[in-house]
Amino acid sequence: MKMNRRSFIGTVTAATATLSAPMVMGSGKPRVVIVGGGAGGATAARYIAKDSKGGIEVTLIEPSRAYYTCFFSNLYIGGLRDINSISHSYGTLATNGVNVVHDWAIGVDRAAKTVSLAGGGTVPYDKLILSPGIDFVEGAVEGWDTSAQNAMPHAYKAGSQTELLKAQIMAMPQGGTFAMVAPPNPFRCPPGPYERVSMVAHLLKANNATAKIIVADPKPKFSKMSLFQEGWAEHYEGMIDWIGEDFGGGNVSVDPAAMTVTIDGEVTKVDACNVIPAMKAGHIAHLAGVTDGNWAPVNSADMSTKADPDVYVLGDSSQQGDMPKSGFSANSQAKVCANAVRGALTGSKVFPAKFSNTCWSLIEINDGVKVGATYQATPEKIAKVDGFISKAGETAEVRKATYEESVGWYTGITADMFG
Amino acid sequence: MIFRMFLPITFASTIAASVVFGEGLGDAGKGTKIFSKCKSCHRIGNGAINRVGPHLNGIFGRKAGTIVGFAYSKSMVRAGVDGLVWTAETLDAYLENPKSLVSKTRMNFRGLKNPQARADLLAFLRGYSDEPINIPEAEPTATKTDLKIDPAILTIKGDPEYGEYLSGECKTCHQSGGEDDGIPAITKWPEEDFAIAMHAYKQKLRQHPVMQMMAGRLSDEEIAALAAYFKDHE
Ligand SMILES: Cc1cc2nc3c(=O)[nH]c(=O)nc-3n(C[C@H](O)[C@H](O)[C@H](O)COP(=O)(O)OP(=O)(O)OC[C@H]3O[C@@H](n4cnc5c(N)ncnc54)[C@H](O)[C@@H]3O)c2cc1C
Ligand code: HEC
Repeated sequence: MKMNRRSFIGTVTAATATLSAPMVMGSGKPRVVIVGGGAGGATAARYIAKDSKGGIEVTLIEPSRAYYTCFFSNLYIGGLRDINSISHSYGTLATNGVNVVHDWAIGVDRAAKTVSLAGGGTVPYDKLILSPGIDFVEGAVEGWDTSAQNAMPHAYKAGSQTELLKAQIMAMPQGGTFAMVAPPNPFRCPPGPYERVSMVAHLLKANNATAKIIVADPKPKFSKMSLFQEGWAEHYEGMIDWIGEDFGGGNVSVDPAAMTVTIDGEVTKVDACNVIPAMKAGHIAHLAGVTDGNWAPVNSADMSTKADPDVYVLGDSSQQGDMPKSGFSANSQAKVCANAVRGALTGSKVFPAKFSNTCWSLIEINDGVKVGATYQATPEKIAKVDGFISKAGETAEVRKATYEESVGWYTGITADMFG
Repeated sequence: MIFRMFLPITFASTIAASVVFGEGLGDAGKGTKIFSKCKSCHRIGNGAINRVGPHLNGIFGRKAGTIVGFAYSKSMVRAGVDGLVWTAETLDAYLENPKSLVSKTRMNFRGLKNPQARADLLAFLRGYSDEPINIPEAEPTATKTDLKIDPAILTIKGDPEYGEYLSGECKTCHQSGGEDDGIPAITKWPEEDFAIAMHAYKQKLRQHPVMQMMAGRLSDEEIAALAAYFKDHE
């Protein structure tokens, strides 16, 4: 009894100490460091802190004080949400036992097991979880690099980029042209560019009905293609010109100074342009040396990297098999990883991995569609078990219910990430 | 007139909590009396109008929640949109435990636990439906069956710790605080109702595609674990 009481008090003191002085060493508790406070990282931090009940020191390194979700950022562009409604703070995580350090991780020393910070200093770890999202492949779109992101925004990391893109679309002259350069596979949120096209069309239909939308796409087909095309024909007839691989959509260059887009040799003057380049794992995953090519290969049972059993990669940066790069997937992977990491550090029970994903997309107000699947861990990869997709020609009430469900999902997942 | 029918065996054998049907045939005559339990809210027959509940003429083959002018619960409308059609099977499930088939139904009725009473009542209701569909008629060679149903599935003791882990998958969409916002709340359900609802998705009796997929790969133990966890979840 005495023993228990004393160790209980000990834990509380230690937890308080960690909160106020993040880099204090030697509390004796196992340490988990998480880089990136997005769909994967915030979820992992919350679950490990919650489920270990103070038994693990959890540090989350994330430069931004507000996380703008990419999910529903297209609805902001369409005018269905305001920007504040997709912004989330780390306050609740911090009061629930997660050490939130607002800084960039700039290096990982896997031999010494430390992460170095842009603001100086290092943070030691027993287990390191990286969930840094995506970065862009240099030179992927001829004529574009990140220095051109103000003239031609990517808006594929949400926040100021998203606001900029919307402002540029709103400023288009009547009858003007919006162009999108779509990315090659694999990329975050397979239906994301096409939901965006839908929301841009929705916005233009109300404000600039004679405007045109051109999409240059290096792929011959895309996620939920027939559903989107059916919806575009129904709601935005004649407005959207999708140029796929077969028509030279992959042979594209841009000139941000002149505001032109050249598709298969044909130059078009545009008024707003959204360039979404090819993607790769977040830079820090490359610096940590756990990537192979563009992505970080992981073991499907616990998301540990093939390169280092003490370094885990979640979400978009990971190369895991069949799951699409989505917020839902990252959240699902984070929970499997949290359970495994906790087990490895404290001996708590480790349950078998189960993964799932559903991606909702909005084509027009109250016209929602979805695609989803469940997955299991196999020795080779995370493998798809079963799935479904919305059907063409569904009734308006089904589509409306699907949209309402996505609103519920948004509330659910953001609460699951940030508490 | 006595109307004879067979109980929906596939459904009953896996989902219903009941144990053994000695008699598989419904008797519409007896059903008339049982309908007195419904009468305070429902009318049936010539000129029946909506009261507390919608009128029940033509209920077989009707999509749930679709009588024009009746103010259904959101849950019932949603169930109809998701594809719930009233058949012998689905009516049997709804009357046994309304909330396990349609989570937040406004129908304030505890359920008819006796399978024979439900069979009799269904036989009675069917007499007021023009196009009764989906009712297995009695095979001439199978007038009487002793059906053994394994109640074991519903008596499995769930491991709440495993349930807590598995619940991570649910909480991506269902808010753990129990709010109901586009997606129904699933906390604090009686364990058995929860398990029955999940088995109904697994058997594709409840219609929602995401839930059919999620439940489809849960084992009986896993469903029990989730039920045990969510029962007490704050
Ligand atoms: C337009 C659009 C629409 C989308 N719609 C949906 C949708 O409807 N449903 C869905 O499920 N998914 C959607 N997604 C995809 C989803 O946003 C991503 O898949 C998800 O955010 C991936 O999670 P993550 O943890 O890998 O990365 P992120 O959520 O991007 O988080 C990465 C975090 O790491 C931080 N970071 C990066 N480098 C460092 C470093 N060196 N040090 C410290 N911190 C660092 C970043 O600041 C960021 O906060 C959409 C994406 C886009 C672009
Ligand atoms: C206390 C009132 C009440 C009692 C008693 C009651 N019901 Fe209901 N019933 C309702 C209400 C209210 C609804 C609408 C439910 C909703 O919208 O969720 C309903 C809905 C139904 C429906 C679905 C109708 C539709 O159009 O989709 C059926 C079938 C039904 N009841 C059958 C019965 C039967 C059979 C009984 C007797 C065993 C019964 N009910 C007892 C109030 C009641």
